[in-house]
Amino acid sequence: MTPPPIIVRVKQKRIGELLSSGKRLDGRGLTDYREIQVEVGVIERAEGSARVRLGKTEVMAGIKIETGEPFSDVPNEGVLTVNAELVPLASPTFEPGPPDENSIELARIVDRGIRESKAIELEKLCVEPGKKVFVVFVDVYVLNHDGNLIDASCMAALAALLNTKMFNYELKEGEIKIKAGYTSLPIRNYPIAVTFAKINDKLIVDPWLEEEQVMDARLTMTLDKDGKICAIQKGGYGYFTTQQIVEAAKIAQEKTGELRKIVVKG
Amino acid sequence: MLNIPKRKNEKKRLDMLQKKPEKLIDKDDVRIDGRKLNELRPVKIEVGVLGNADGSAYIEQGKNKILAAVYGPKEVHPRHLALPDRAVLRCRYHMAPFSVDERKSPAPSRREIELSKVIREALEPSIFIEYYPRTSIDIFIEVLQADGGTRCAGITTASLALADAGIPMRDLVAACAAGKVEGRLVLDLMDAEDKVGEADVPLALMPNLNAITLLQMDGSLTIEEFEKVINLAVEGCKQLYTLQKETLKSKYVAVKEAVKEEAAEE
Repeated sequence: MTPPPIIVRVKQKRIGELLSSGKRLDGRGLTDYREIQVEVGVIERAEGSARVRLGKTEVMAGIKIETGEPFSDVPNEGVLTVNAELVPLASPTFEPGPPDENSIELARIVDRGIRESKAIELEKLCVEPGKKVFVVFVDVYVLNHDGNLIDASCMAALAALLNTKMFNYELKEGEIKIKAGYTSLPIRNYPIAVTFAKINDKLIVDPWLEEEQVMDARLTMTLDKDGKICAIQKGGYGYFTTQQIVEAAKIAQEKTGELRKIVVKG
Repeated sequence: MLNIPKRKNEKKRLDMLQKKPEKLIDKDDVRIDGRKLNELRPVKIEVGVLGNADGSAYIEQGKNKILAAVYGPKEVHPRHLALPDRAVLRCRYHMAPFSVDERKSPAPSRREIELSKVIREALEPSIFIEYYPRTSIDIFIEVLQADGGTRCAGITTASLALADAGIPMRDLVAACAAGKVEGRLVLDLMDAEDKVGEADVPLALMPNLNAITLLQMDGSLTIEEFEKVINLAVEGCKQLYTLQKETLKSKYVAVKEAVKEEAAEE
């Protein structure tokens, strides 16, 4: 888990002092992101995939599409399922086993951004109303943990969805027959998450591992392409004031614009 | 002793299970349960309702019925989880299988695991956990009947249970959601409103410190709407806070009266 309390306190003091003069340990400004690299189509077997590097943090997302039953309250819509794995090779603090609360929270934040912005046109993924629809599985795979897994995962998931190709098909007596060729997964919105850390009452974006270990609280805001907020999650043991939250929303609006240009090309 | 009022008549129960009307807010801004846009549901709170727990509380907020219990500070099991500089706070949010229309499996769902985490993080800033190193404080929240806003009602209740257990706290935590339904900003969404509404923003507050300890959102709001929704939720929390304080006080007034009577008899 976190390093021993005494180390955390020493680090917190140092990082806090730097922040009060507007600096960060790695030389960034308070609202600067680390370098972002997005690669798509990295896994040929997946219908869509992407790898995002955010500084030294590295996250892969893969999309698989299968047929399944719709939910009874929305019989005409496809199904979205998001899962996140904190793979043990990504950090000495990750352990094998069933998903813990951190990976469940991560998956649910990514899910909420995609779902609430209605990014996927799920109504176009219906094969037979009430009986058969396409299920879109988004699997987030954390490969190296150096902080801010949330933003990296959200970007990887979106990039992978944009990269997704579905096989063409026709219906013959209720059975799906695969035809030649592929079409892109219908996507109409581009949710992007911006995560803030609060350290010594200062807000910073894109906390890396050292900062995450000493932060008081965390706040993630996901905005859609129109600059509307579609998901929020506060985490960590500290708190925010109303003013800080409003300030964060304004910074998030600016930052999501910049990040979206990197993830959504063309 | 816990005193849950008995069902008055069968008709009421059947009404509750009936389909919801098409419009949730009429042209005079009156909601389906007769509330104004900025009005909380009727709230009834009790403390000290359970015999075995060190602290306990029960809330009815509209149709929500929620019990919270606190055990501790006590020895940590397993021992290696103990922290040298503070207490370990553990929290379980759980819904009874009969609390919702369709039976919920009693096994913890991903939603419940996430909520347990965010509720713990919402309560931890209020507790002087550094007073109790090497111990654990366990919080159990059982939703007996759910009608939207259970995480918030759970936090309001659990905070009272912590106070009832005599654990030193910086402030009580009150929680309440606000959101957007049929184009209007509303306070304290019930399930029917949450399901079709455009946005839901649960928020927890330590009113004396202006500290927001839980913030989540799903849906779609502009930044201006979001600011208004936050202020609406904060006002709701302040009303609940008054009720929380009255409830705590009334318990000790009752104890004082009882002691006085005994003394008079002697």
